[in-house]
Amino acid sequence: MIGIKKPEQTLMQKIYLPEILRGLAITIRHMLRQKPVTCEYPEKPHVVPPNFRGLHRLIQRPGGRERCVACELCLTACPANCISMVAADPNDPNVEKYPLRYEIDVLRCIYCGFCEEACPCDAIELTPHYEMASSRREDFIFTKDRLLDNNRYVPEGERVSKVRTNETYLRI
Amino acid sequence: MIVPSLLLELAPVLVKIFGAFFVVLTLTAYLTLAERKFSAFIQDRIGPNRVGPFGLLQPLADGIKFIFKEDIIPTQAHKLYYILAPALLLVPALMGYAVIPFGDYVEVAGRLIPLQIADVDIGILYVLAIAGLSVYGLFMAGWASNNKYSLLGGLRSSAQMVSYELTLGLSIVGALLVYGTTNLRDIVVQQTAYWQVGSILIPKWGVFLQPLGFLLFLVSAFAESNRLPFDLPEAENELVGGYHTEYGSMKFAMFFMGEYTGMITMSALLTTFFFGGWHVPWLEAAGLSRNVAAILGVGAFCAKTGCFLFLYIWVRWTLPRFRYDQLMKLSWKGVFPLALANVFLTGVCLYLYSRLM
Ligand code: SF4
Ligand code: SF4
Repeated sequence: MIGIKKPEQTLMQKIYLPEILRGLAITIRHMLRQKPVTCEYPEKPHVVPPNFRGLHRLIQRPGGRERCVACELCLTACPANCISMVAADPNDPNVEKYPLRYEIDVLRCIYCGFCEEACPCDAIELTPHYEMASSRREDFIFTKDRLLDNNRYVPEGERVSKVRTNETYLRI
Repeated sequence: MIVPSLLLELAPVLVKIFGAFFVVLTLTAYLTLAERKFSAFIQDRIGPNRVGPFGLLQPLADGIKFIFKEDIIPTQAHKLYYILAPALLLVPALMGYAVIPFGDYVEVAGRLIPLQIADVDIGILYVLAIAGLSVYGLFMAGWASNNKYSLLGGLRSSAQMVSYELTLGLSIVGALLVYGTTNLRDIVVQQTAYWQVGSILIPKWGVFLQPLGFLLFLVSAFAESNRLPFDLPEAENELVGGYHTEYGSMKFAMFFMGEYTGMITMSALLTTFFFGGWHVPWLEAAGLSRNVAAILGVGAFCAKTGCFLFLYIWVRWTLPRFRYDQLMKLSWKGVFPLALANVFLTGVCLYLYSRLM
């Protein structure tokens, strides 16, 4: 057993009062000077950094169709196994393959962002939008249409590209 | 015409009783809000702000919540004592106000009315005796719940209360020696005098006459009203309450009100003994009429009491809790001998003073 010696208290500490006054000075300083750190959430929305990983969206091509080429890399990378898709031939000379169905079960998603990292064509992204509460389970299965619709949460000009370029990452 | 004159006698007393009751109970309710608000500010938070503007209706919401909670009496509890205990804690705390003077005389319809419910000569003794009663409430609650932890909690608190009651009484003996009276109104009146230092008038407040006594009384008052750093009876976070573990609903609220009312009593006493009660320094020079001065005095009394209440809250959110042995050591080896020394020193000083003058 190792005995640990208690540090000797000085006389000033033994009579308590000066130390108590010091403590009181600290608390009053916090009370008068410090701004509260509380986020008043529903009234004042919380501002998240631009690389925040929130709601998923499928990025659009200029025509409005999804950029995804159904390569299934995101599906493979996803540690929560929450992406499922069915690929099909779009009958479009410019596009070789497209997801007929593309679903994310966001109740299982852990918001790791691996899907967007894996994607070779920058087709999926986690936007900084985070208000997605609902009281129905169905609302958490994001279908392709919904994922495309989620583009309304990003500014008009950024719908066809990734919002977060490398520069933004570096900035943060 | 006996009835009208009786009414004339009674009316001011009744008004004062109801007024004091109303003010103290409202203050108690709002003190809980103040506690939460100030704790929030000290911890860089905002505090309750949902009910009414700035959360000002919070005490009301709390009260409604407490009333509508299910009122459980444990099957094994001693019913009578279980129900009596919260009342025994709250009532003495409220009774203390009966003798505390909160203002000078006011003149209403040619009659002088003292702003004090009962002007008794044994004021201090009455207050101490009444304060001593509250320990029964604590212990009874612990015992009647028929829960071993409550019982231990009750024991813990009674030991603390008894130890600090002693120092509470002893620490004002010095002040009593100086004032030479136990009448609270006389004590305040004596503090309205001044010392002349050069051209500056210094009020003869008790805190200047008895600095050590004031400090010891302050410490004992904190312990007596079970406030941090001496809130061993409650110690929510490590000992899970204590005597009131088995209580719920309005009975629990009564324990709380008892604690806060006790705080107000102690603050009022501190003001009366050591800070000149209703006395506003240097106001006499302004030459105000009696009633205006009295009302200003009531304001001053409330302000001084409020400062002590703030001190209570401020200290609570600054200091950690004492360990039980430290608590007892502080009482018996720290405050008690110092209080004795204070009595002795005061006696010697008074003797020398009377010899030299
Ligand atoms: S964020 Fe992670 S868990 Fe969620 S879908 Fe993408 S890869 Fe899967
Ligand atoms: S990795 Fe990108 S392109 Fe490939 S399937 Fe996923 S979203 Fe579509």
